[in-house]
Amino acid sequence: MSCKLLASGNEAVAMAAFDCGVKLGVGYPGTPSSEILDELSRSGGAAQWAPNEKTALEVAIGVAFANCRALVTMKHVGLNVAADPLFTIAYSGTPGGLVVISADDPGMASSQNEQDNRRYAIAAGVPMLEPADSQECYDFLKRAFEISEAYRRPVLFRLTTRVCHSKCVLERGSDRLAPGAGHYERDAKSSVMIPAYARIAHRKLRAALHELEKLNEQGEFTREIRKSADLGVITSGIAYQHVLDAAPDASVLKIGFSYPLPMETIRRFAASVKRCVVVEEGDPVMADAINAAGIKVEGKAEMFRFGELNVKRVRALLAGDLTPETPPVGGKLPALCPGCPHRKTYEVLRDLKCIVSGDIGCYTLGVLPPFEAVDTCVCMGASITVGLGLRKALPEAEARRVVSVIGDSTFMHTGVNGIVEMVYNRPATGHVVVILDNSTTAMTGLQENPSTGRRLDHTPAPSVSIEKTVLGIGVDHVDVIDTTAETEKFSELLRQRLASNDTSVIIARRPCILALAKIKTYGEAK
Amino acid sequence: MGCCCNTINVTVAGLGGQGVLKVTDILAEVMFQAGFDVKKSEVHGMSQRGGSVSSEVRFGKKVASPMVPEGESDILAVLEPTQIETNLGKLRKGGVLITTDDIPLDKLTNPKALNSMMLGALAAHFDQPDELWINVLKANLPAKLHELNVEMFNLGKNAIKR
Repeated sequence: MSCKLLASGNEAVAMAAFDCGVKLGVGYPGTPSSEILDELSRSGGAAQWAPNEKTALEVAIGVAFANCRALVTMKHVGLNVAADPLFTIAYSGTPGGLVVISADDPGMASSQNEQDNRRYAIAAGVPMLEPADSQECYDFLKRAFEISEAYRRPVLFRLTTRVCHSKCVLERGSDRLAPGAGHYERDAKSSVMIPAYARIAHRKLRAALHELEKLNEQGEFTREIRKSADLGVITSGIAYQHVLDAAPDASVLKIGFSYPLPMETIRRFAASVKRCVVVEEGDPVMADAINAAGIKVEGKAEMFRFGELNVKRVRALLAGDLTPETPPVGGKLPALCPGCPHRKTYEVLRDLKCIVSGDIGCYTLGVLPPFEAVDTCVCMGASITVGLGLRKALPEAEARRVVSVIGDSTFMHTGVNGIVEMVYNRPATGHVVVILDNSTTAMTGLQENPSTGRRLDHTPAPSVSIEKTVLGIGVDHVDVIDTTAETEKFSELLRQRLASNDTSVIIARRPCILALAKIKTYGEAK
Repeated sequence: MGCCCNTINVTVAGLGGQGVLKVTDILAEVMFQAGFDVKKSEVHGMSQRGGSVSSEVRFGKKVASPMVPEGESDILAVLEPTQIETNLGKLRKGGVLITTDDIPLDKLTNPKALNSMMLGALAAHFDQPDELWINVLKANLPAKLHELNVEMFNLGKNAIKR
């Protein structure tokens, strides 16, 4: 018996992964993707957090080389980190199903850019499915694994914020496939990408994409609504839902398999209506591809490239209404919580007039009043290395003011390489890194990481020691301090280190105020 | 409200930590169990660190977009007075605004249960039986919080005259 329930897109993906026999789910937390692996674990599936997205994808590739199904989850910018393995596994493929979730964040509810990861499907030559609601998340994910195995290709599964977090009615199937027992068959020509084999693999990939386009033309992932012959809309993902409300009389061609596109289906649809408009969130990916194929369609005005679409904006887009949009009334900005251990750290950094190279996490909020302490923030792990660059280029007096701050989870993600760089290419003035260790991955919802001593499901795990790691790499000084309890001592220590030419790591350790209560319950449950 | 042919739009707003999302979780589940097509939408992550939060529920015979179009909320419930102005543009002309002025705050014995009182005030605008609301409310909370939250729900509900 199938059952009906209310589920978010993320929950639906987790249910489908469990129901179709995923051997391992692996990822790195990132809004809006973070809940998928928690849900998979809660439902009884195997799931684990990797230190970063590249690591996650590579572990999953191993699982899929062992003829099992593997699910990888990350937010859009995570795919930048995982791009290296992605572009080559696109060539070799895996015998077991491999599906990579890319959760994009148009409008940047909680991100540093609004990159459109449909571009990755094209650039890497990886088929992409793009569900528009929880039901499609569930149905498409199961099919994604079948397609991955049938064509020996990784499949990119693109979600967006509103698909991930919107709840809607889902009919969950009753079939459960048990995860397969792994087995290995040597196939070096497919799995070892030396140039001689990769040249063959590249041709095979292009041939597979032609076959996948034929599969897409069969219409399984396309929904066509025939209404008005005056207006036709080609759309995908959440934009499809807005189109249904904004243009109830329009004919609609909804694309669910967004690369390679079903160009003949699109050609027929476009020819059947007087005016054909492409309504897509983010970059004009479909509009450009369709026009390049010689099919005349209208794209959207530049103003609709920014931010999320919604019903009102789709109405304006279709009407060609270019009236400048009034920004919504500003709400209250997020801020570091009262009692947050980062507060005292930032007060000291501000008072010492440090140039703070920042990173990604709650502590990026140190840029806002009353601290206004953070000077730069680029991407995960960049604080240490950007700080080193500043130290190399600035005159001595200013170089001495540069401090890199990075969270515990971000340090494990891509901060370790920055410490290697610091020891190897040490600036003349040395450098100071403050690791803000609040013992959790707070911003994305208090997930575990390699240094917390707990697994994804909060059961005990071996803990990677931050102090041993940086000492082992060879920094001159490592100090651990609770900056809330010993603010003055921290200030004095920081002044000392900044004045020296040494390389220093100061670990500001105090648990996140939100995590404290939860951490106690993890102990009780065990 | 609760007619079967039109889509009903409800927006609940407040600040991070007030339990806004719990209110819409329960509302969505009640309407789902009552047989409607339901969609619910909000954003997570950085926007929740004590910042403004709003969450939307749409229900009816068939719902497409999960986001309530601007200015088309039939009901807007706001848990924090400073957030009324920010969200007022979401309410349709003639729509119902519920604020903390409409509920008996003097009887709120625990500030954490404000959302249950507001849920009660919301429930007063729909025809679904109390039993359904209370069952779903309980299913969303640990047992030790049931008594308090059911009491606050009832206080909120009885405060609204239909």
